[in-house]
Amino acid sequence: MKVHRLLPLIPVVALVGSGWFANRLEPRVMGLPFLLAWILFWVVATGGVMGLVYRLDNRTAGE
Amino acid sequence: MNAALVVIGGTFALAFGLGLRARRGKDMNLAQWAVGGRAFGAVLMFLLMAGEIYTTFTFLGASGWAYGRGAPAFYILSYGALAYITSYWIAPAVWRYARTHDLVSQPDFFVLKYQSRPFGTLVAIVGVVAMIPYLVLQLKGLGIIVSEASYGAVSSTAAIWLGVAGVVAYVMVSGIHASAWTAVVKDILILGVAIFLGLYLPNKLYGGIGPMFDRIEALRPGFLTLPATGQSASWFASTVLLTALGFYMWPHTFGSIYSAKSADAFRKNAIVMPLYQLVMLFIFFVGFAALLAVPGLTGTDADLALLRISVKTFDPWLVGVIGAAGVLTALVPGSMILMAASTVLAKNVVYPGVGADDPRIARLAKGLVPVVAVAALWFTFQGGNSIVALLLMGYALVTQLFPSLVCSLLPRNPLTTAGAMAGVVAGELTVAWITIGQVKVATLLPGAPSWIQDLNSGFVALLVNLVISGVVSVLTRRRAPV
Repeated sequence: MKVHRLLPLIPVVALVGSGWFANRLEPRVMGLPFLLAWILFWVVATGGVMGLVYRLDNRTAGE
Repeated sequence: MNAALVVIGGTFALAFGLGLRARRGKDMNLAQWAVGGRAFGAVLMFLLMAGEIYTTFTFLGASGWAYGRGAPAFYILSYGALAYITSYWIAPAVWRYARTHDLVSQPDFFVLKYQSRPFGTLVAIVGVVAMIPYLVLQLKGLGIIVSEASYGAVSSTAAIWLGVAGVVAYVMVSGIHASAWTAVVKDILILGVAIFLGLYLPNKLYGGIGPMFDRIEALRPGFLTLPATGQSASWFASTVLLTALGFYMWPHTFGSIYSAKSADAFRKNAIVMPLYQLVMLFIFFVGFAALLAVPGLTGTDADLALLRISVKTFDPWLVGVIGAAGVLTALVPGSMILMAASTVLAKNVVYPGVGADDPRIARLAKGLVPVVAVAALWFTFQGGNSIVALLLMGYALVTQLFPSLVCSLLPRNPLTTAGAMAGVVAGELTVAWITIGQVKVATLLPGAPSWIQDLNSGFVALLVNLVISGVVSVLTRRRAPV
């Protein structure tokens, strides 16, 4: 089992559970309500995490 | 004839021309028509995938929900990103299998994996039933956009007929090539329009994003967070999960996986697509800006928010550009849905045992395009639900295919054919019962805590589906060796 393949679970839990973790107006982030800023952060992070998984997958495939 | 109408008409003509031209140099057999000869590179795949996400649902529905409901609309931003995580692994596996076995439709996959033609027919019927509301949603949106953006000069009914006639023509001629090429124009326009509107309106009207949200919170306290009951945290979680899992179960999305030249395109898309979701943020801003600027739209009229604020704020030519972007968000997915529905009907319902090379299938699939279109027109003119409600129902239907798809990709499929079929049927019946009977989870379980009552009903159907497919699989497997 390649452990790095579990990485995407982090954004999955963060986004699905947004309503429990981040259902607040304050603190505002660049004017955005905190809930929206939280979701936004994790959407961008999803792209980053998948980029990392892609690189690690290619590395293990290349070995 | 006003400036807005000229711009919209011009864009439509351009899309129509590109669509017809897309077939040049290709012999339109079924594989070429439905899956582009499996030769689309990464960029075209990206556009095709993006073309499927940024639909009228995004344009009108997302802004309408931000306007009408506030924070629950944020689910739309969340599920897209997650859908690509599953596609990172599922899409390449599906693609490889489809390529090895020359599949052209989504049901083909199930027929072969489960060695059952009836299962294929079941999947085809589920797909078509789910796609009809999705197509109706695009057509409703098209009508709204043209009638609003033309300041009433073209009626919604006329716009819908004209739009459908155009799409039917270019889909019959060029198939998926038409969708891909019109998607190019659409994506450029929608990106520009969304970012412009989302930045300009809050700044111009309220002096920035922050001040805009301050005023919304003052006017409607609690509007920017999820409510404690109803569309609560558990509604949000179950809806995001349901729609993220269902994303690739749409027959036109699933089928478009087959079009790729290589599996790497999907893995790269999983990196880029979540970022592309950010366009949605700007659409939300437009909906929120409209809440203060054009108040008073209630119920399904909330879908008009984006266009009303545009008409109120901008010159006709710019309203035309916005309307043109909107028209394309209806036409591109509309064309893919029409094609997928016709293909599965021809290939898996009418001629289930016939090979994809048989010219009868290609002929029938093309011939069915106007038939499916007329059926969708009939439902469109019946009136009814808001754009998001229609989409959520379709999602509840297609997501029921997810368990049997994932299990079939495992090294040893835990589900038997009978188990998988029973699960899908049970899930669909639950969705139908909940939708037609207007049953709520709260009515079924009156004593349950509110977090259970708030669960998305499609998600509940998915649980029923899992239990039934598991139980039936165990029963049928045990009987087999005896």
